[in-house]
Amino acid sequence: MSISAPLSRRALPGHQIVLGETDKLRLDSGVDFGPFTLAYQTYGALNANKSNAVLVCHALTGDQYVADDVHPITGKEGWWRAIVGPGKIIDTEKYFVICTNVIGGCLGSTGPKETNPETGKPWGLDFPVITIADMVRAQAMLIDHMGIDTLFAVIGGSMGGMQVLEWCKSFPDRVFAAAPIATSYRHSAQNIAFHEVGRQAVMADPDWCGGNYLLEGKKPARGLAVARMTAHITYLSEPVLHRKFGRKLQNRGAITYSFDHDFQVESYLRHQGKSFVDRFDANSYLYITRAMDYFDLSVEFDGRLAEAFRGSNTRFCIISFSSDWCFTTAESRRLAHALNAASCNVSCVEIESDKGHDAFLLDEPDFHMVLSGFIQGAAEARGLN
Amino acid sequence: MTQISSQTAAQNGTATATAPSDRIRVDLQLIADMVEPGTRVLDIGCGDGELLGYLKRTKKVDGRGLELSNEGVRNCVAQGLPVMQGDADRDLHDYPNDAFDYAILSQTLQATNRPREVLAELLRIGRKAIVSFPNFGHWRARFDLMFHGRMPQNPNLPIMWYETPNIHFCTVRDFVALCKDMDLIIERSMVLNESGSKVSLGSHSNLANFFGNQALFMLSKKG
Repeated sequence: MSISAPLSRRALPGHQIVLGETDKLRLDSGVDFGPFTLAYQTYGALNANKSNAVLVCHALTGDQYVADDVHPITGKEGWWRAIVGPGKIIDTEKYFVICTNVIGGCLGSTGPKETNPETGKPWGLDFPVITIADMVRAQAMLIDHMGIDTLFAVIGGSMGGMQVLEWCKSFPDRVFAAAPIATSYRHSAQNIAFHEVGRQAVMADPDWCGGNYLLEGKKPARGLAVARMTAHITYLSEPVLHRKFGRKLQNRGAITYSFDHDFQVESYLRHQGKSFVDRFDANSYLYITRAMDYFDLSVEFDGRLAEAFRGSNTRFCIISFSSDWCFTTAESRRLAHALNAASCNVSCVEIESDKGHDAFLLDEPDFHMVLSGFIQGAAEARGLN
Repeated sequence: MTQISSQTAAQNGTATATAPSDRIRVDLQLIADMVEPGTRVLDIGCGDGELLGYLKRTKKVDGRGLELSNEGVRNCVAQGLPVMQGDADRDLHDYPNDAFDYAILSQTLQATNRPREVLAELLRIGRKAIVSFPNFGHWRARFDLMFHGRMPQNPNLPIMWYETPNIHFCTVRDFVALCKDMDLIIERSMVLNESGSKVSLGSHSNLANFFGNQALFMLSKKG
């Protein structure tokens, strides 16, 4: 269960590094940003020739604790323990796994809840708007600092998958293998629409205080919870909601003719909203959803997506899930076609699942089989076996 | 939508490979023998990756696959083979010109909607095309039609006419005529018997058209 006492940045487990002190991070918005802190976790050991590094990229509300036993805030397991760990698909006895909290995040990396050195106050809405490319450039600065030239693999789902694709576009020679999972090369109009609902919910909460809630000693908990509830529905599917909850009532024999949470699905969503508020910063939610909205790899090539990958030697494995209506297989196929057109080495697999977008986080044997085969095949080609 | 799937093994009714010793279906072996080591290969309708895996292991090719069935794609990628889900009729146009040394279409041409266009695509994408198909000029097919008045059905074509994904049948001579019409060079050709082994009956003679159960061609463009 959630432990709601906020941890200060210093008290968080894992690594933190200050980057951009001399060479600042040039953001897409034109701002030269820095110095900034990047919080990250590593698992396993880097080999002598630094060829076994795997960068795992987290999704919108994920964090760097991908494979920890106990998450410092939620007390739960790391978010991708099914995939990452000793003897797992991304085997930490074989690979050096790195996962950073994205810039703009709220678990140790510089984001809107951290202190703006110029004012001594939390950044709030003075924090510059960041993009997926900005997140990736910040990660690249960390990888530079680690002296790693080429990452063996960059892997992630959802927004993590966007970072994977951005890595492949921006640093094609530094990514040997890439697995963009349940993702797209651009955020769809429908996804932008849902994000906007979430942001409006946060901003409509009077406790948001125009973004200055930290200074005011408040928290837009209701707005952020509504945002999470809405988003959470999009991560599931109608069949899975029906299977889990149907029209079952919550601890009662009959409907109450009220607006209490009569239905189990209501109770479940309220719980999702409430527990999210304990671990996530509302302004970070605004910034990171915006970064996803702005993502479109094809835009700088006038829509010719293949151009983004021209000449790439990276091997790609694109994975989608049949019931994912956030990031559909159709989007994945468009990406795969573009990669084909650019003569890239690409696999594209749809996994049958009724669990919706969240399937990439869950126990899906076919998905695990495919990812495992891809990583092993790439490891063989990289001489890591 | 065209069927490109692992149905070919069942259709051919021939023995499938035993995984550890590197042996593959006899007709696939004949295709593999045509491929030069270290080349770039696109296997369209690659099924479970039997041929592609073999070519990668024994000839170190840079191989890619296109497969209609999700299950086939999954099994291929799980073996580390780069394969994507797709369809010969619809998805070949994405590939750039001359992207591969060989474009292989095994036992699938007859299941495409537009075989002529597919053939042209193979030779746009690949410098050479390797194509195999069931021969409707085989004596047994002729026998079925002539004496039974029924559409041919045998262990290699076990599906009834109303269910078969195979919609464009041809004989060896029909195919040769199409190649001529399309101005393609037949670099190599052979016919196979019912177990998929090569039959020594000249390349595409009348005799071959009569006794060949399947046909296998390697084609290239003029000029």
